[in-house]
This record gives sequence, C-alpha cells and structure tokens, in this order.
Amino acid sequence: MNETRDPSQIRVVVGMSGGVDSSVTAHLLKEQGYDVVGIFMKNWDDTDENGFCTATEDYEDVIAVCNQIGIPYYAVNFEKQYWDKVFTYFLEEYKAGRTPNPDVMCNKEIKFKAFLEHAMNLGADYLATGHYARVDRTGDEVKMLRGVDNNKDQTYFLNQLSQEQLSHVMFPIGNIEKKEVRKIAEEAGLATAKKKDSTGICFIGERNFKEFLSQYLPAQPGNMETFDGEVKGTHDGLMYYTLGQRHGLGIGGDGEPWFVLGKDLSRNVLYVGQGFHHEKLYSDALTAVNLGFTSNEPKPQTFTCTAKFRYRQDDSPVTVEMQPDGSALITFAEPQRAITPGQAVVLYDGEECIGGGTIDKVLKGSQALTYVG
Amino acid sequence: MNAIYLDHAATTPMSPTVIAAMADAMANDYGNASSIHRVGRDARKQLDAARAVLAASIGAKPTEILLTSGGTEADNTAIFGVAEARAHEGKHIITTQIEHHAVLHACEKLQKKGYDVTYLPVNEYGVVSVADVEAALRDDTILVTIMYGNNEVGAVQPIAEIGALLQNHPATFHTDAVQAYGLLDMQVDALGVDLLSVSAHKLNGPKGIGFLYVRTNTKCTNLLYGGSQERKRRAGTENVPAVIGFATAVTEAAVKRDAAITAYKQYRTILLDTFEQAGIAYKVNGEQGLAHVLNIMFAGTHVESFLINLDMSGVLVSSGSACTAGSIDPSHVLVAMYGEQAEELRSSIRFSFGQGLSDEIIRDAANRVVAIVQRLVK
Repeated sequence: MNETRDPSQIRVVVGMSGGVDSSVTAHLLKEQGYDVVGIFMKNWDDTDENGFCTATEDYEDVIAVCNQIGIPYYAVNFEKQYWDKVFTYFLEEYKAGRTPNPDVMCNKEIKFKAFLEHAMNLGADYLATGHYARVDRTGDEVKMLRGVDNNKDQTYFLNQLSQEQLSHVMFPIGNIEKKEVRKIAEEAGLATAKKKDSTGICFIGERNFKEFLSQYLPAQPGNMETFDGEVKGTHDGLMYYTLGQRHGLGIGGDGEPWFVLGKDLSRNVLYVGQGFHHEKLYSDALTAVNLGFTSNEPKPQTFTCTAKFRYRQDDSPVTVEMQPDGSALITFAEPQRAITPGQAVVLYDGEECIGGGTIDKVLKGSQALTYVG
Repeated sequence: MNAIYLDHAATTPMSPTVIAAMADAMANDYGNASSIHRVGRDARKQLDAARAVLAASIGAKPTEILLTSGGTEADNTAIFGVAEARAHEGKHIITTQIEHHAVLHACEKLQKKGYDVTYLPVNEYGVVSVADVEAALRDDTILVTIMYGNNEVGAVQPIAEIGALLQNHPATFHTDAVQAYGLLDMQVDALGVDLLSVSAHKLNGPKGIGFLYVRTNTKCTNLLYGGSQERKRRAGTENVPAVIGFATAVTEAAVKRDAAITAYKQYRTILLDTFEQAGIAYKVNGEQGLAHVLNIMFAGTHVESFLINLDMSGVLVSSGSACTAGSIDPSHVLVAMYGEQAEELRSSIRFSFGQGLSDEIIRDAANRVVAIVQRLVK
C-alpha cells in the first residue's frame, strides 16, 4: 500500500474551497514535492440581486493561493449533481420531520464520488482535501483515523467513505492542529491565512436558517403542547425545530427551561417539556440504515465499539447487532439524550472510524419512540 | 509538455513588429496628442498616421474612426449610443441569439430601460436568415446589430445582404466585426454598415485598443464625457503607443492574410484527418466560416474535464464562455444552434488558429487530443 514513487511522479488533485484548511493542504503537498493541481468545486449558486456570489469570492481566494503556491488551478461545476443528490435529500428529510446531515451526503455523493471521479479523469493518483482526519496506509487495507485535533475531527462527516474511496484520498492536515494550520498559512503568507472559517451548512452559509428553509418548504405553524395535552404556545413550522433544542421556543414562566421533546407530524404538534434532562429525551438504543463500513472485511453479526450520534460529541460505548435487512440495532451502554433521526451515527474502534449510518428509529425499552420524528 | 496555443480567437500573441513599434512610441512619442507644443504635435502626427491606416483597412474616412478601449467599448458605444440618440424615433432593436456578450448584455440592459429587443434565431450552421431580419423590421426599429463572424463557431453572417436590405429602412446598422477583422473583406460601403466594431488584440496587436467605425452623420451619443478627443465623441487622452501598435498589426495582417487563410485551412484538414484516422467520434459544429475557428464536438467527453486534460497536456483551447466562478456555462451559441438539451453543449471545444503555428505543431496537437479522447471516452 505504501507509495514507492517519487512525489513528483504522483499527481494529487486538491479540492480547494477558498478556505485556510484546503489552502494549507495544497501548500503542504507542494512542499513535499507532489504534482499538485488545485480544483475549486462550485456546488451552489447564491448570486444575489447585487451580483454578489460567495462562490465567486471563494474562487478568487483559490486563484490567489494557487498563484502563491505555484500550482495550476481550475474550477468545476457540480451544481446539478449537488441539487439532485444532496439538496433534494435535504428537503425530503425535513419534509419527513427528520434532521438531515447534508455534509455527510455531500462527502459521499459529491466530493468523494463525482469529484473524485473527475480528479481520476485528470490522471490524478490521489484526491486531497482539507478535512481533519487521517488515512493510515500501513496495513492491507486503508484505515481512516480521527484527526489529531480532537476539537476539529471531521471523521463524523466522512463516515460513509468506502475502502475504494479511501484508497484514493489524502488528508494532509489531519495530523496537525487547527492553530498550527493557521500558523503555517501565516508563515507561508497565504492569502487565506486570516480568512474566517465557514460555519454551518455550505449552501446556507451565514444566512438565517429559518428564512432559507422557508424559501423551499412551506412553513405550517401549529401548537406547542406538553405530553399531557396542555398548549404552551405556537410553533413556526415543525421543520425549524430539532430534538433537545432550547432556544427559540418563547415559553416563559416559572421553573426549569423548556425543551423540544418531539413532534407529531399528523397533528402538526411540537412536544415541549421542562428540564434539560427530561426523561422523554432519553433513549437506550437506535436503529440505523444506509450502513457503510470503511473496510471490505465482513463485520461479525454482533460487535462492540464506540459511537458518536452528533458532531463534536464524546464517544459512547455501544453494541452493534447487524440485521438481516442490512440495518443495525445499536444499543447504548448508558441512556443517551436527544438522539435525532436523520443524523449520522458514526462508529469508532479506538482511533479508527470504522463506518456509520443514518439514525432511523430511536428506542426505549425495545419500543420505538413515535414522537421523535 | 510544451504548450501549443490554439486559442487565437480568445486573444493572440503580439507580433514582434508591433512590440518594436510600440516600444519606440512609448520611448519617443510620449506626448499628449491634444497639447499645443511640439511634443504634443509629434504625438498627434503619429496618431493621425495610424488612424489613416485603420480607416483605409475598412474603406472609411479617418474622421469616421472612433478609437476605443477595445471591442466591448465599441459595441457598447454603438448600442447605447444609437439607443439614446434615436429613442424619440423608436425603441425597437434587432439582434441575434449568437452575439458576443458585449452586445447581448448591452441589449438586456436596454430591455430593462424599456427598449424592445428581438433576438433572432440561427440555423444549425449558426447563420441568421436575411428573411428573418426583414420580417422582424418594424417602423420603430432604430438599430440592427448583427455580428460579422461568430467567435465560437466561426459562422459568417450575411452582412452585405442585410446591409442591402436596410438601404430601404431607416434603422442604423451595426456589426460586431471583432473576430472577422483581418480575415474577411471589410469595406464598409460594400457591407452597407453604419457602425462596425473591431479590436487590436485579435490580430496580434495590443490589448486595450479598438475602434468603432461611425459612418458620417450617424446619430450615436457618447459613452464617455470629458475632454474633446475623438471630435468630442469619446473623451480620454489618446493611447498613442497602442494605436500605433494597432495600425502596425493591421498592416501586417493585411500582408499575411492570404497565406494565413491557406495555412488555417490546412491546419483544419490536418486536425480532422488525424481524428478520422484515429477513429474517434467527432463532429464539426457549423460549417467552414472564419478560417481560423474550428468548433468540434467529441462525443462522450465532458467539456470541463476535457479542457483541463488538454491544458495538462499542453493543448490550449477553450469552450463556451467562462462563468463567474471559473467553471463553464453552456455556450449560448451552441444552444441557439442545437437547443438546450443537445450533446454538443457538454462535449464541444473550440480550436482557433493564428500566427506562429505549423503543420507539425498542429499534427502534434491533434495526436495529443486523440490520446486524451481515447482515455476519456470509455
């Protein structure tokens, strides 16, 4: 698995976003002597009435950085594929009352599929991105490891990568910390050294999430109720709320703060209750669908590992039982709070991310919770 | 691999003769042509001599040459200038769907200001029909603007026929001749045009200079206001070294024209023969028009990936027009010729020839193209 060729004989396409992470990725590879090509991917057009488009601004940064590093750069348009594979899924999930994770889907369908294929068509040996994750090529199979910066680790979003995909990728900044990445960018004088990190979902950016979603899905206001049927107010549309959420409910009064506990799509009701640790927020197992593993080796029917149920959460020990239909029953060693259908459940064996799936049902005492969406 | 530049329709390398003439002008003719002193007079003399060369190249009078910053400014001046000067007579403009964006986007701007614009279709060869122009003419038509040679597929439009048609209609006739200049006959009286745009950098001259031919007594309002240069029609200190370079390039192009056209036809034959012999699937978009433009669809290729591969192997060509974020929008010219869903839209590239090439170089390029197509088309 280890490369024996001279780096200058190895062509690496770097997916460049115009941010500091991918800039440093390209810079480091160039320093190491690889044949580096920078490519900007345009997935979304947000051109406003003044002609301002985030993608245009970002591409200007890509040009500046590539000229500084001394590598050729190109742009490629994946707007149609992104719309079909990621955005349509994103809207469908919200319509179904779930909380989707478009970044996982984007990595699976666009960055490491359509874009990877594009890179291979350019004669590339590898596709490199500025993700905080590591690739271990010392064994028979390629392993994906957590980024060393625990606070930035992005394996959660990469959990769907297959062995075939991993065999073609490099994550050069996965073994350094974010602050070190900034430092390298500053020392190299890269144009993006001080550029603010992008936050949130790429196509929404800094905009108001509610406002964005309302352009695509009709909002249907309804009642906020307790499980006892007491009406506590009005919600703006079920899709705007996620399990365990506190902010934006606008319920005052005495006692502990109010939280979102669940949804009833048929009645268009948002369930609310008091207390961060409300018992309705807790569950002890889930079922996962769309399961994928980085290894081609068959998994045992039952195994133990650790899992994350949302980004930047600490791992929790779980037992995974593979089902005949390809789904999995994942049982928690300790009850977990606010497990959210539509989000990813990502599995780890120590430092290695071994795969993951999409949370489908949430269970308590072997019963599926019907109110979680 | 060494680079083979086959994108001369985008821009051309400057001729060494032009560079020498401009270097000399920059060193010696630094004066402001409007100054009353001797340095100013020297600059003015050079400017007038160059203007006479430019005028002669299209059979115009020197007073009819309005120097501009290039083709875009010439097109914009013609369109906005006539639209404003003749607004009281009517607000209808006729153009085609295959114009350069310097014309199309100017027309779109006028639509927002209340003008009515007819965008005529073209046939599968990229040519507009004279009958369509005639049918589109109205009493309130004030401007007809139709390009001479198309920059993407090379299709040559029937300008002289349209000019003859318009002898019987008061509309002003403008042609964007940027891509055709230096290759096609361009006598303004024979063409029957009132306005004609050209640019220096398409024929081995410098960037940043062009002119608009304005037939005497044509109503056309200024775009720029300030000093009284260009007979008060275009303010701004004249770019004397660039104009000298422009005139030098025009003179040189005229001398080389016949040989160039013969060579370009040979290059076209070499490319097509090589593709034919390699057995790859290809199709020429349009038919032989401008000799230096050859637009080809390679079935099964994807233009974005194809262009990058060509660049990596040193074959420098282009396709469509670059979009804001650097990636490629489908060519509006190919859309007009083949429709929104045609395979030509995603699989076509443009080769364009110019000075400094040879049969051997073209053969080398053709073989590189074949190798990439064979790799990409599975």
